[in-house]
Amino acid sequence: MIVAAAKPWEEIMASLHGMHKVLVVGCGGCVAVCLAGGEKEAGIMASTLRMQRKLQGEPVETEEITLTRQCDPEYVRELGKKLEGVDGILSLACGVGVQVIAEHYPNIWVAPALNTKFAGATLEHGSWEERCGLCGDCVLGQTGGICPIIRCAKSLLNGPCGGSQDGKCEVKPNECAWNLIYERMGRLGRLNQLLEVAEAKDWSQGRDGGPRRVVREDVKLDD
Amino acid sequence: MTEPSSKLQSLLDSGQFVVTCEIGPPKNASGTGITQHAAQLKAYAAAMNLTDNQTAIVRLSSIAAGVHVLAGGGEPIIQMTCRDRNRIALQSDLLGAYSLGLRNLLCLSGDHQAFGNHPAAKNVFDLDSIQLIKTVKDMRDSKVFHCGEKIKQDEPQFYIGAVANPFADPFEYRVHRLEKKIRAGAQFIQTQCIFDMQRFETFMDLARKRGLPERTHILAGVMPIKSAKVAKYMQKNVSGMLVPQAVIERLEQAEDQAQEGVKICIEQIRHLKTIPGIHGVHIMAVAWEEIVPSIVTGAGLMPRL
Ligand code: SF4
Ligand code: SF4
Repeated sequence: MIVAAAKPWEEIMASLHGMHKVLVVGCGGCVAVCLAGGEKEAGIMASTLRMQRKLQGEPVETEEITLTRQCDPEYVRELGKKLEGVDGILSLACGVGVQVIAEHYPNIWVAPALNTKFAGATLEHGSWEERCGLCGDCVLGQTGGICPIIRCAKSLLNGPCGGSQDGKCEVKPNECAWNLIYERMGRLGRLNQLLEVAEAKDWSQGRDGGPRRVVREDVKLDD
Repeated sequence: MTEPSSKLQSLLDSGQFVVTCEIGPPKNASGTGITQHAAQLKAYAAAMNLTDNQTAIVRLSSIAAGVHVLAGGGEPIIQMTCRDRNRIALQSDLLGAYSLGLRNLLCLSGDHQAFGNHPAAKNVFDLDSIQLIKTVKDMRDSKVFHCGEKIKQDEPQFYIGAVANPFADPFEYRVHRLEKKIRAGAQFIQTQCIFDMQRFETFMDLARKRGLPERTHILAGVMPIKSAKVAKYMQKNVSGMLVPQAVIERLEQAEDQAQEGVKICIEQIRHLKTIPGIHGVHIMAVAWEEIVPSIVTGAGLMPRL
């Protein structure tokens, strides 16, 4: 999932400065799962916003809605009916959701309430860690299902570097991803695969050329 | 090409026990100190490493420092890390370095920027050290850039080095990774500073079993430690470096700790000389370059050719 976390209050308040009616929009997708931007968090965000503004002597009116997914135009269109008199939207989605709102409502201000952190997994309740750097050309098939691109501090493809000690990365307190890869490949009897020199990565599949696209003609709907 | 090739290579290929040392470029824009060090050390060391923004602290570039070493009459080994340059910049700097008369190259991943004075920097690591070694070799032997495009003339013909750290983990894999570097094109190897001699000997046993000393020249890394305080700091804070408690205690008990550090270093070199498969020593006297002559002399390695 996409993992996100709330921005500092001062930043959120500043981004809504001077607004009288704000629509607070939660998202039922990843950010709800990582307890940052679901219905409950949207509710808390709206009431805190009202309280703070009241204390400042600049009261604000809020509306709330939580969409199934903010990254999908189908759901974002539902906002239309809520926008009466609204002069700003506070989105609790990831950066994708905020942008889909901006694209669909060109004439209304939208601000993010969260910092979008990474694509990651739940470690335990209340703790998440990055697992994928969305590199566009997955190498997990060479590394036993452990991502060196994002979990190795140097994104090495022929690790571990000389800083790996006792299973720890030289960048503390991380685990050394290459130590994990080595152990897992050993367990699976595939250490010889690590003896091959892994070629440099093709970063043209990565983030470097502007927004990437996936188009599936086979699933497109005819008008 | 007609330019002089690597003197370091001729010495190692001739089977001599070779001494290399290290000069840390300054945190300013003056090459004078480097040239002076080179002039002072050239009689004692076959070649001198110029570190590439070591521990991710901004310093005068290793390539420029190499030119200052040439001016002092020394033989430079340029260190090149993958941290700060993508494959375009790395290859461009290789062409530039060669054009300036630099012939020896040491390829490393590079310390993470979190350790340095610009922790907010974005790292690159487009290639890793092994891919860099292969790139340099392909430029030289196959006359192609990384992308496969032909280098029509004047390809850089570097003598290629790499590092090995027998003290990092997982231990058994260290020998395999060394072998990967050799396979990628590493012709000489400088190891991380050795303090734990027993572990190093086990490493060399494994390396010999795989026939690695016949396929590359291994220079054992040593470092004179100035004081017990420095030793303790390294034991605690430098990843991939093992400083045994015994070394710290010996320094603590010494009257003159710096002198004891030099003594330990000399003993180590004398011992390393007896280990089969070791072709030389690399003395890392960081910020203590002027001690190198006494170490080389003390270890009985003078006169040098
Ligand atoms: S290799 Fe790329 S796609 Fe695969 S997990 Fe890592 S970053 Fe994600
Ligand atoms: S210690 Fe391991 S995880 Fe950290 S940079 Fe080196 S190889 Fe990567």
